[in-house]
Amino acid sequence: MEKWNLMAVVVLLGLTVRWTVSLNSYSGAGKPPMFGDYEAQRHWQEITFNLPVKQCAKFINPDWIALHSSRGYESQSHKLFMRTTVLIADLLIYIPAVILYCCCLKEISTKKKIANVLCILLYPGLILIDYGHFQYNSVSLGFALWGVLGVSCDWDLLGSLAFCLAINYKQMELYHSLPFFCFLLGKCFKKGLKGEGFVLLIKLSCTVVASFILCWLPFFTEREQTLQVLRRLFPVDRGLFEDKVANIWCSFSIFLKIKDILPRHIQIIISFCFTLLSLLPACIKLTLQPSPRGFRFTLVSCALSFFLFSFQVHEKSILLVSLPVCLVLSEIPFMSTWFLLVSTFSMLPLLLKDELLIPSVVTTMAFFIACATSFSIFEKTSEEELQLKSFSISVRKYLPCFTFLPRIIQYLFLISVITMALLTLITVTLEPPQKLPDLFSVLICFLSCLNFLFFLVYFNIIIMWDSKNGRNQKKTN
Amino acid sequence: MAAVGIAAGGGNWFSALALGVTLLKCLLIPTYHSTDFEVHRNWLAITHSLPVSQWYYEATSEWTLDYPPFFAWFEYALSHVAKYFDQEMLNVHNLNYSSSRTLLFQRFSVIFTDVLFVYAVHECCKCIDGKKAGKELTEKPKFILSVLLLWNFGLLIVDHIHFQYNGFLFGLMLLSVARLFQKRHMEGAFLFAVLLHFKHIYLYVAPAYGVYLLRSYCFTANKPDGSVRWNSFSFVRLISLGLVVFLVSALSLGPFLALNQLPQVLSRLFPFKRGLCHAYWAPNFWALYNALDKVLSVIGLKLKLLDPNKIPKASMTSGLVQQFQHTVLPSVTPLATLICTLMAILPSVFCLWFKPQGPRGFLRCLILCALSSFLFGWHVHEKAILLAVLPMSLLSVGKAGDASIFLILSTTGHYSLFPLLFTAPELPIKILLMLLFTIYSISSLKTLFRKEKPLFNWMETFYLLGLGPLEVFCEFIFPFTSWKLKYPFIPLLLTSVYCAVGITYAWFKLYVSVLTDPPVGKTKKQ
Repeated sequence: MEKWNLMAVVVLLGLTVRWTVSLNSYSGAGKPPMFGDYEAQRHWQEITFNLPVKQCAKFINPDWIALHSSRGYESQSHKLFMRTTVLIADLLIYIPAVILYCCCLKEISTKKKIANVLCILLYPGLILIDYGHFQYNSVSLGFALWGVLGVSCDWDLLGSLAFCLAINYKQMELYHSLPFFCFLLGKCFKKGLKGEGFVLLIKLSCTVVASFILCWLPFFTEREQTLQVLRRLFPVDRGLFEDKVANIWCSFSIFLKIKDILPRHIQIIISFCFTLLSLLPACIKLTLQPSPRGFRFTLVSCALSFFLFSFQVHEKSILLVSLPVCLVLSEIPFMSTWFLLVSTFSMLPLLLKDELLIPSVVTTMAFFIACATSFSIFEKTSEEELQLKSFSISVRKYLPCFTFLPRIIQYLFLISVITMALLTLITVTLEPPQKLPDLFSVLICFLSCLNFLFFLVYFNIIIMWDSKNGRNQKKTN
Repeated sequence: MAAVGIAAGGGNWFSALALGVTLLKCLLIPTYHSTDFEVHRNWLAITHSLPVSQWYYEATSEWTLDYPPFFAWFEYALSHVAKYFDQEMLNVHNLNYSSSRTLLFQRFSVIFTDVLFVYAVHECCKCIDGKKAGKELTEKPKFILSVLLLWNFGLLIVDHIHFQYNGFLFGLMLLSVARLFQKRHMEGAFLFAVLLHFKHIYLYVAPAYGVYLLRSYCFTANKPDGSVRWNSFSFVRLISLGLVVFLVSALSLGPFLALNQLPQVLSRLFPFKRGLCHAYWAPNFWALYNALDKVLSVIGLKLKLLDPNKIPKASMTSGLVQQFQHTVLPSVTPLATLICTLMAILPSVFCLWFKPQGPRGFLRCLILCALSSFLFGWHVHEKAILLAVLPMSLLSVGKAGDASIFLILSTTGHYSLFPLLFTAPELPIKILLMLLFTIYSISSLKTLFRKEKPLFNWMETFYLLGLGPLEVFCEFIFPFTSWKLKYPFIPLLLTSVYCAVGITYAWFKLYVSVLTDPPVGKTKKQ
């Protein structure tokens, strides 16, 4: 079958799955007075439309955004409108980026590239949050992906412009900013700071500053307004973490209630230090040896460090880690699929609250089947395929019998999947005990956190041990 | 780990396809469902709460039991599972009851019973010879056939959105066809007899079965030139076939015969009081006939040849099903449609008798019977086009000519199902799925037959491409024009007439290919 027809079929399949998920309930459906993210987005439309008045959206039903009187507005046609906007944003920004990215992959057959597109498009986490819970993550993730594409293909200015747009759309994208910064800085160093590199540095700085100014121009009118925006964007007053999230602080607080013991500013300092320490090695390595491959892996480890150790993290932020992992799906299919499954699982309490059980289970199974058949993941668990060869060789210098790493990893995978499945079953069928009403969510977060810690170590190993063979292997980039 | 790897990654593409489409069906659970949902809930209630003697008399709801007894027993079996989901749905007086658990149960029952369809597809794939195939998996005829059947657009939206139980019924039919291909005639006959007593619409294709079994099974040998050898007739085979059919019918209708309810059952099964056309005209010959009648009457009125007072006011394309008179052309009676259908079927049946070509010939005759009945039948539902599209898939991976006919038939047939889903949230689903199936089927069949002449001539390409603008006009432009209030039936009329042209063309092309095929002596062994 011709390549573009197959690609069209894959994209149509992705779109169909997205739209059918959107037929389900959304966050906060029918739950006054707070409602949920759906109401939040509608409210923001209300605000931006009414204050100050813009002419563009007048032809759409004004009842949906009438100031004040449309609080908590819920109707079928409005739901259709909101869902359609998500689909269109996805179609215009995220999906073309995915297709272009997979087509630019090297040393892979066309069929594998298309299979890659299918797997990325079927990633359950993004579909469930954007089309189920209701958010517009595909816009920011799409822009970030355009950024990655641009920077990897040496279109640095366009790439950084796209990434600035991503940050200005959603400040969560700052999780990805350090790798971008280090990679581009590394490129400048490599080109020599006395010549081309310096020119590139200047050009990049100008692009970034210009795009930021353009986005923030309407809000620079007063200092107080700018500060207010910053306060809203970075709500440090809201505490170390909110609700149940699969990061270190929440899991640690099972044993020791940090939030109550330490004062606010100490919490901020500790979280800052841990985050910085955990991402520093990879970033330094990227600055000294910039390569697209290293860039991708550093994106993963940086975002994961931020997710695990940062301040006021939401469970949806795992999507920021999932996007780079999707990008390395073709290089380490087994581990990536495992990670993406865990990331969806970690959001289970949120998805159950939105009554998205069946779509979650179905999309997770579909994703798993797609990855398993496209990449034959269970056959790719040797040391070399897990990118752990150089690491294992180094360890074997001290421990000659260290050959059992793939075995261990396979067993860990089995244990992880079985516990995830069991916990899902338990959460859905049983009631938690009276004294511990949050037992199941806490268990889910704790387990996911353990998995994520393992992945943090794994990805950092890949990055750090990649240098030994970096100059020898011709096919890394 | 390796064993899991082989199972998951290595060879079992069929399971992956079946599982994939099942997951898609699960995602379609919250979509719109038609009144057929209430129909089946009502039948669950009737069969569960009332004794057998009342099944065909119960009329609390307008959706009375109008399928043969085996289907009633099927609903009875389902109702015993239903009571664990929601007891309330089994109350006959709970009209339009659709709690979330009821919805879940009904949807899952359709998905679950589709397992028979999956099995039948598996068996059909065995009957395809893959000698033409390339090394690539996605270019093998078996793979293409599996996708065309398992992921069939029409079946997906009729069963899993609109809500019906066609999956396992078509499973029975395809299984019986597969058995005939495998020369297991008795099983094939048995399965078809059972199928008839599940849904009597399959009577459309009964002549094909009857003639084929008589000609190729009861007569055990042919003369060298292909004609019948009268002295090879086997009474034993005839009697055993008859016995099978008789026993199945006895099992089905026996209880009602004993209760003296046979006339009532038959009147429920064949309600001729309904009009020539369903609410939305099925895209058959009568749709063209009605359209012509309307056009002529409009012209006649303009030219003052007709008296406006003599024209009946009711419009045939409104949402109601009623008896109707034509204005210019002669009115059509059920008898007239029966005669037309029989005349349309006769040539193909004669071909089957005089030029038997083994199971392939039988399949072509079956499709022609289904299509002819669709084109000329009384009160045909547009869903009946699936009766022709699904078996045609089996032929499409064999010959380029058949592939071309299949593509025209399936694309127009599937498009004609669009008016079934008229709600806004389902609009993207039907367009996306239709595009998915159409692009895949055209692309894969073109690749399979790339060494032969192109599948479509310019006229056919133009016609198929015209479906796009038609859809845009009917669903996106027309609702915003002023005609919507004055002539609300125009999109339905246009869809129906446009598709009728395509379906009639496909029927005609298939007939020509059947009639002009050389007899069996000169063709390869099937």
